[in-house]
Amino acid sequence: MITNFLGIKRLMQGFFFLLAAAAVGTAQSKEAEPSAKEPLIEQRLIHISEELRCLVCQNESLASSRAELANDLREEVRLLIRQDKSDAAIKAYLVERYGDFVLYRPEVKPLTWLLWFGPFALLLCGLVGMALYVRQRQAVQKLAKPLSEKERDQVRVLLKNGESP
Amino acid sequence: MKKFLIPLGLFLVLVGFLAVGLTRNPQEIPSPLVGKSAPGFALPTLDRSAPSFGPQDMRGQVWMLNVWATWCVSCREEHPLLVAFSKANQLPIVGLSYKEIQSQDMPSGSKMSPEDKLQRARERSAQWLQRYGNPYAATVFDLDGRVGIDYGVYGVPETYVIDQKGVIRYKRVGVITQELLDAQILPLVKKLNAL
Repeated sequence: MITNFLGIKRLMQGFFFLLAAAAVGTAQSKEAEPSAKEPLIEQRLIHISEELRCLVCQNESLASSRAELANDLREEVRLLIRQDKSDAAIKAYLVERYGDFVLYRPEVKPLTWLLWFGPFALLLCGLVGMALYVRQRQAVQKLAKPLSEKERDQVRVLLKNGESP
Repeated sequence: MKKFLIPLGLFLVLVGFLAVGLTRNPQEIPSPLVGKSAPGFALPTLDRSAPSFGPQDMRGQVWMLNVWATWCVSCREEHPLLVAFSKANQLPIVGLSYKEIQSQDMPSGSKMSPEDKLQRARERSAQWLQRYGNPYAATVFDLDGRVGIDYGVYGVPETYVIDQKGVIRYKRVGVITQELLDAQILPLVKKLNAL
């Protein structure tokens, strides 16, 4: 198994980064610099990278991750934006290297059908199951005949006896 | 009919799915690069025997590309295996040193020049390889990680097997084990060499 991954290292780094940021409070000013210079590029970067997964910390988007690889990939995306590549082309560039997994919204294709339609298929199964069950119950209830007068008397006697034995 | 068997059955199916899920490694993402041409690069080498080295220099033979760094703890874990494997001379291993100089290695506030970085990376890597053994036919430096991005590197160590025509045939993210070597890599290499 992969014991030490960039992830663990980054996690530690993130932790120390937080410590350092708390202690000094200036650590982030360096990061913010490019966004002031090129607001349009940063805007597009955020728009694109929110749809991309950081591969190191897999439940974070590329926009929010502080892993070093995420930093590098954001830099790469900036570069592609400067080259006037379309959003789709930039995503394709990353998929070519890291696979569909980098997309938070994977393409709809035979391989991902189960992913996209599986939940609806399950829902359909549930609905069919429920419909069958309800029908069966209704059929059983229809079979039941109303009680005759004699049976009602018996019930009354039973109930009375039950109340005061 | 025993109705309680239905939820029990559903439960067992769920347990089955979860049990299978536990045995799988979420860090292992199928690489789209397998079956594609290995991205080209021209990077500086450790021994300076050539001004630069790239996959094109390995054309015509099956070879292994191993991504590593001296700061990578699990690289040390797989390293003895690589050293032993290289002694068997079954296929050349090229070491790709990935981002050897990390941001915390640089003096704070100032930027290291690429030359200084390379110098430092060479020193550190040479020292490390002397200490733990050198399985690499060649070691190249990807200091800024751009080649790493082309190869879809996201967790060091990573290992690739590339065939005579420069097509990536195998990719492993994480530590190489003897089992992997015996069960997957060696049979693949044998098959490729027979082509």
